[in-house]
Amino acid sequence: MSEQKKTNIILFSGDYDKAMAAYIIANGAAAYDHEVTIFHTFWGLNALRKDEPIQVKKNLLEKAFGKIMPRGPEKMGLSNMNFMGIGPKLIKKVMKKHNAMPLSDLIEMAEEQEINLIACTMTMDLLGLDKIELRESTEYAGVAAYLAEAEDGAVNMFI
Amino acid sequence: MNVHKVLDAKGLACPMPIVKTRKEIKSMNTGEILEVQATDKGSLKDFQAWAKSSGHELLDINETNDVLTFHIKKGE
Repeated sequence: MSEQKKTNIILFSGDYDKAMAAYIIANGAAAYDHEVTIFHTFWGLNALRKDEPIQVKKNLLEKAFGKIMPRGPEKMGLSNMNFMGIGPKLIKKVMKKHNAMPLSDLIEMAEEQEINLIACTMTMDLLGLDKIELRESTEYAGVAAYLAEAEDGAVNMFI
Repeated sequence: MNVHKVLDAKGLACPMPIVKTRKEIKSMNTGEILEVQATDKGSLKDFQAWAKSSGHELLDINETNDVLTFHIKKGE
């Protein structure tokens, strides 16, 4: 086989369905033997959040952000037909019927396939997220790290 | 045909058939044959594309009662 190809995905969205699409593509690309990296920024960082509350020293605004934003993948809403949180419940029911993997399982699969999960530290600061609130497998970087991967990437996308 | 391993991916949805196949084939030796059974309708095109890109040989495809059976020979 020729040199290993790279797939890079920027996950900006904090919507369950969009994150699912990102993680399905990422897992598929890993099966293609690509070196895969997902850069989580802004609302996409919530996909990396642990689901339990974690004690971190925060200011008032950061505390509010932490409360309002979904704590982990299974708390995320849909980009369409969210219906105040009923939408995700319905879609998960349908997914179960069709044997589609829930987002949290797709993320675990990504870890198993050694996909690089990167959190953008600048937006972590903006949203008041601390490293200990994110998954252990998370790596931390900025735009330069993304560009270094992307400039010789075979597949690049922004979700 | 001398099938070395059989992977039952029936009922699994995208991207799992390909993810599991890749995992399975990684553990095999060059030239060995893997049989994969899948029911995901997208896997017909998926396996053709995947084999082409990953350097394995898709020997044949069979469809009976909504079950797709692939035979894949591991490449270099």
